[in-house]
Amino acid sequence: MKRTDFSPDGDGGRSGSGGGEDEPADARVIPITAARRYGGGGRPGDDIEDRLAELLAFLRRRLNGEYEVDEFGFDPELNDKVLLELIRPLYRHWFRVETLGLANVPDESGALVVANHSGTVPVDALMLQVALHDDHPAHRALRLLGADLVYRLPVLGHLSRKSGHTLACPEDADRLMRKGELVGVFPEGFKGVGKPFSERYRLQRFGRGGFVASAIRAQVPIIPCAIVGAEEIYPKIGDLPSLARLFGLPYIPITPLFPWLGPLGLIPLPSKWMIEFGEPVRTDQYDPEEADDPMLVYNLTDQVRELIQQQLTRLRLHRGPAFSPLF
Amino acid sequence: MTHTVLVTGVSRHIGARVAGVLAADPAIDRVVGVDTMPPPASARDGGAALGRTEFVRVDLRSPDIAQVIAAADVDTVVHLSLVSAPSKGAGRPVMKEHNVIGTMQLLAACQRSATVSRVVVRSTTAVYGSSSHDPAMFTEDAEPAEAATSGYAKDATEVEAYVRGFARRRPDVTVSTLRFANFMGPGIDSPLTRYFSQPVLPTVLGFDPRLQFVHEDDAVEVLRRMAVEHHPGTFNVAGDGVMLLSQCVRRGGRPVVPVPSTAFRVLGDLARGVGRVDFSPEQIALMSYGRAVDTRRLAAELGWRPKFGTVAAFEDFLNSRGLFGETSLPVIDWLSTVLGRGGER
Repeated sequence: MKRTDFSPDGDGGRSGSGGGEDEPADARVIPITAARRYGGGGRPGDDIEDRLAELLAFLRRRLNGEYEVDEFGFDPELNDKVLLELIRPLYRHWFRVETLGLANVPDESGALVVANHSGTVPVDALMLQVALHDDHPAHRALRLLGADLVYRLPVLGHLSRKSGHTLACPEDADRLMRKGELVGVFPEGFKGVGKPFSERYRLQRFGRGGFVASAIRAQVPIIPCAIVGAEEIYPKIGDLPSLARLFGLPYIPITPLFPWLGPLGLIPLPSKWMIEFGEPVRTDQYDPEEADDPMLVYNLTDQVRELIQQQLTRLRLHRGPAFSPLF
Repeated sequence: MTHTVLVTGVSRHIGARVAGVLAADPAIDRVVGVDTMPPPASARDGGAALGRTEFVRVDLRSPDIAQVIAAADVDTVVHLSLVSAPSKGAGRPVMKEHNVIGTMQLLAACQRSATVSRVVVRSTTAVYGSSSHDPAMFTEDAEPAEAATSGYAKDATEVEAYVRGFARRRPDVTVSTLRFANFMGPGIDSPLTRYFSQPVLPTVLGFDPRLQFVHEDDAVEVLRRMAVEHHPGTFNVAGDGVMLLSQCVRRGGRPVVPVPSTAFRVLGDLARGVGRVDFSPEQIALMSYGRAVDTRRLAAELGWRPKFGTVAAFEDFLNSRGLFGETSLPVIDWLSTVLGRGGER
């Protein structure tokens, strides 16, 4: 049996066709919710054998280097089968992420998802990626534009590229959007992710609006996105600025558990998460040339920021307490 | 119009192949090849026959080249005489002189010449550098994040600056600058092909760069077209797609030793002492951050795409060197047999 199709909807590996001969086409009609239930449904016999054979084929492909990466270094197979697999338990069982408004994200065409950034450690980026990959009907791969710090660091840099992300620069943003990819940005950057707990759910300043200019140039819609829950995972109550400078990091946080509990303090608190994708803001009413008009770009940036702030406040109320006593 | 083509660097592989292809073109009257050393016997050179190419031994660093151009009424100059790494005997200063002073002398001669109407210069994508601030794909207009401070990249940057100056002073001459990705193919001998031929491959710990290759056949074809057609400008030349270093070494089946980048530098000095491989700072930067370029401008200009993508070029290189190894697979083969089916894959 040959199953080289590793597009996200070819989820046969996790569902199994329930016996019978190799008919991967049949496996695909299983509802997405059932197919998604990884690790479950240990059917005996052929299914296990199937899966083992598939695992071996996968290992062989990986070890022989017979896989494809795109020009950004995105390795869809590794991303789906290994990297996302590692964070899925966190997504499903630890943060119990719920997604809303996925219909606002297009199935095929390019779009720019603009989200709030929080949580001291950028776990929200990973969760947003899982949300769009697993819960969106078209299993969209999110291509985030990341800080250059990420790409300077060993391990993190190349894993980030393999996971589909790239450096936040106008060239890459334009290129991805023109290719019809789903691009994601956190315009608050380190100001957002590293803000103290007391400022939670308050959007910080939105960079220089370069992302808006890119969206106008590529004529793709901007999808405002609110992520609720990340603020509570590592409540940052202090900072070690001199130590951070020493390591060249933007900050080293103090949380109620870190660094007091050592490595235990690295475990994120199990807050309840919600991710909502809002009504797209269209950019095709502007001329691509207008991307060079700073006033237009600032105004549109402000408009998007305002939308996300409102969405965030609404969604936070909707979620209720971060740590419900009955989970 | 009669054609007399001058090809520099004909004693090296790509130069010899380009001269051979041009010599086989009946529309070209004469092909004059120059280099500092005589070409090796064609049998040893992997069959890159020079054909009717007339060889003139000239040191490009001397003004003699002007006499060659004047005597042969050269109208097209194909400048391929750039070396990417210091040769075994001579050090870096000789390489720099060869690259930069050689180009200056050649361009000075071209500027004086009344017959030269087209200049094609080989450059490299190394001029873009390699750093963590790079965009994923460089277009021809991109500036390097950090200016090259050493090695081949610096030479190529200077060469390009002289070429631009020449183009400004002689607007009547068609100047084409070609920035080639790393050459790959059966006949190529470069720091990178030597690297992939080692029994054990050191990699920079925690990095997996994107690499891009151009097959020698495609490089020769691009150079031929540039020499006989009118394509002014600067163009990136690379095979389609990119390859991760990890993919390259896995396909080659060689064991890998990840080494922290600082230790890599020390290792590089040792390796250079032995004289086999070159781990210069720019090479280490490439092994850490990689580099890829956009080739749409060339495709649009020539209406042509390279026959070999990056992956195909690398496979052809592996095949030609017999570098296929399946080191890590016995366990999987055994498991497949136990399962009785997975083996078909």
